[in-house]
Amino acid sequence: MANIRWKLVTIIVVLVVFAGVGVYPIVATRYHLPSPGWLQEKQLKLGLDLKGGVNLEMRVQTDDALKLETDQESERLREELTKRSVTFTNLTTPSVSQFRVEGVPPAQDAAFRQAANEVQANFDRSPGANGTYTFNLKPNIASQLRDEAVVQARETIERRINELGVTEPSISQQGTDQLLVQLPGVSDVDRAKSIMGSPGLLELKIVEQGPASTKESLLVGGQVPSGMEIVPGSSGTPGDTANTSYYLVRKVAAVTGRDLRNARPSLDENNQPAVSFTLNNEGGRKFGNVTGDNIGRQLAIILDGRVQSAPRIDGRITTDGRITGSFTNEEVQNLSLILRSGALPAKLDYLSERTIGPSLGADSIRSGVTASFVGLLLIVVFMLVYYRFSGINAVVALTFNLVILLGLMAYIGAVMTLPGIAGFVLTMGIGVDSNVLIFERIKEELEAGHGVRASMNAGFSRVFWTLFDTHIAALISAAFLFNFGTGPIRGFAVTLALGLASNLFTSIFVSKTLFELELSSRGHGAALSI
Amino acid sequence: MHIFKNTHYNFLRWRWHALVVSWVIIIAGLFVLVTKGIPKGVEFAGGTVVITEFERPTSVQQVRSALDRAFSGGGQNLVVQAYGDPALKQVLVRVPSSGAESGQSLSKTKDAVVAALQKSDVGGFKVVGTEIVGPTVGAELTSKGLWATVLSLIGILAYLAFRFQFSFGVGAVVATVHDLLITLAFLAFFRYDMSLNVIAAILTMTGFSTNDTIVIFDRVRENLRSMRRDSMYDVINASVNQTLGRTVITSGTALLTALALFFFGGEVLHGFAFTMVVGIITGTYSSVFIAAATVSFWRGSAPTRAAAHAPAGIPAPQQAPAPQQPTRKSKAQRKARAS
Repeated sequence: MANIRWKLVTIIVVLVVFAGVGVYPIVATRYHLPSPGWLQEKQLKLGLDLKGGVNLEMRVQTDDALKLETDQESERLREELTKRSVTFTNLTTPSVSQFRVEGVPPAQDAAFRQAANEVQANFDRSPGANGTYTFNLKPNIASQLRDEAVVQARETIERRINELGVTEPSISQQGTDQLLVQLPGVSDVDRAKSIMGSPGLLELKIVEQGPASTKESLLVGGQVPSGMEIVPGSSGTPGDTANTSYYLVRKVAAVTGRDLRNARPSLDENNQPAVSFTLNNEGGRKFGNVTGDNIGRQLAIILDGRVQSAPRIDGRITTDGRITGSFTNEEVQNLSLILRSGALPAKLDYLSERTIGPSLGADSIRSGVTASFVGLLLIVVFMLVYYRFSGINAVVALTFNLVILLGLMAYIGAVMTLPGIAGFVLTMGIGVDSNVLIFERIKEELEAGHGVRASMNAGFSRVFWTLFDTHIAALISAAFLFNFGTGPIRGFAVTLALGLASNLFTSIFVSKTLFELELSSRGHGAALSI
Repeated sequence: MHIFKNTHYNFLRWRWHALVVSWVIIIAGLFVLVTKGIPKGVEFAGGTVVITEFERPTSVQQVRSALDRAFSGGGQNLVVQAYGDPALKQVLVRVPSSGAESGQSLSKTKDAVVAALQKSDVGGFKVVGTEIVGPTVGAELTSKGLWATVLSLIGILAYLAFRFQFSFGVGAVVATVHDLLITLAFLAFFRYDMSLNVIAAILTMTGFSTNDTIVIFDRVRENLRSMRRDSMYDVINASVNQTLGRTVITSGTALLTALALFFFGGEVLHGFAFTMVVGIITGTYSSVFIAAATVSFWRGSAPTRAAAHAPAGIPAPQQAPAPQQPTRKSKAQRKARAS
């Protein structure tokens, strides 16, 4: 008797705890009942397919990060070589992880090697014929740069989404270079995409020449002068967006977006929308030096490789600046947000996009819940008709199973998706199978003429390993399912696996205790209604 | 209540007939798949799906003609169909992949569909759902789905071979592969799109179709002890008959819930529920006619006594086991088997 009492206490405690975590918060939300905040926070979360929102898959083009490193190092080598007056005919970057110097005279070989030693830490140098040297990015550095680019992209996107004010966004990495971004409740996917995907690279560079209407007019001797680059941009006339002008600017930026402390929407002197920015202390010092040295010249404000404006420097500027152009109010809002959250280390390539409107999600919830109730009803009716009183036992065990499943999901923060609801419904049909196997075995033992208690014990003990095997086989497929799927399918695999685990507990422990309770209350010799 | 009481059907006698029926279905299914192709959902094929909700009742024909004008090629390749509850006036438009769904042009096709509907006379509408999948995603998913299915089968084979004898593991996996092929055949007959949900259902099925098989095998193993003079053929027949009731009931309850999903689970889960319904039915059929028959075929018709000497064999003969005594081997015996 004492044994049964403890089993009952265990069962009731488990039920109360799981019902409290899994079921009560849902009921409380629905019917506006009082419920403590920490409990509501644990409430079973709904997936995007039920709640509505945007689901974006993107690839971080990590090649960009390698290209940046290669460009920087090749430029540094160029500077070093110029400083040491080592001559060469050509310096090219044939791929994102390789640059090549051609035509170094044999006499200057030693000097070249010395200069190269300054820059080549991340590169392997291999000499070729006719004074050619090829620099290849070291594979371990390359993979490190790629990983860093993905992490930085993820962090930048996270900051931008937080600034957008999305509640409970989720960003996760898939594979080596893919990100999955989920934005519940967002319906304007185009704005979200343009804000997330905008490189957001701000550079302030001194203009050497320009604006000019063609690229060619800026070339010196048919070439871009060393250390310079040509950047396209607006013509400088306010309101003129049709014509493109070109600027010859210094390749090295005076300051970049990294030196920003803040960026906010404001108005320019013509009351047009603009973005004001404030530099941090170090950026301010650099900016002060550069502007102080270049009074009277133009400063190109370059955003994502395009000159927005090129105002004349009238005096030394330290920390404050303004980006003007022909912006709308919304563009100014977005741009400030993008600048505040920092530049993306690499371009993003969108792979897939899925939006679920709130009405579509609500439809899914409705049909999922209907299917659940119909399924439950069918099972309950069948079990009661076929197994009579023992059917009640099975129904109680099934109810426990579902309550524990909901509680477990809420507790570990699993997400309920539409396929998850399907898993929930299947758990009913498959969970009750355990009871069927046990009951059939008990029947068989009773028919063989064994006593009630002996038959019951034999039913449970003989079927245990069968149940164990069937559950493990199902768990194996659930594990591969989890590994294969993303989002909704993972929700399904999790629901299925947790349902299987809790089913072992309820169909064996709970069900058996109920039988024992029934037998002990009715004494020996009573028949079992099964 | 009993549905099957003391039955003595000779199931194995029908195994060759069953095999012919199965092969006919599978070959017909493969024929449909080869001639008509596998209909792939947008997740696998790539492309654009736009679901719109109209203010006034709008026929599929109206939507199609609105799109016909906007899409070059007349929009024959477009799928236009009513979606979900008719009361919601929703229409689904699917445009096959243009191959250019990536980066900034990802949503180009979607915008074109929306613009075409706005220009036409179908009246007010709003876009309630979209799905745009670039060409690279589908290829990755296909290989992942195939691998998951294959690995899951290998996992189950390994587990059953470890828990039972090897021939049983083979029987279970042959039956599961059979279920897979039959399910694919039915998906082909009814032209269901291969979607993520359908793959999930197929994977789930591989786990659950072994359930009935395990129940029967467990009984075979138990009976091998008491029926040592009978042939494997007779032992399996007896076991299938003894477990017939529970095989049918357990599949029945699972089938009830799958049917509830099929009829009430909504548009998104339709393919999933259909796959489960077919999988559950064929899983029951195959555990009797395929799994058990495979073991019988593998082990031949010699008396089972010989089997007791097989390396992964049955534990030493016990005195007629008393029912209240657990029939499983004691811990020590199990250890001995594992070593």
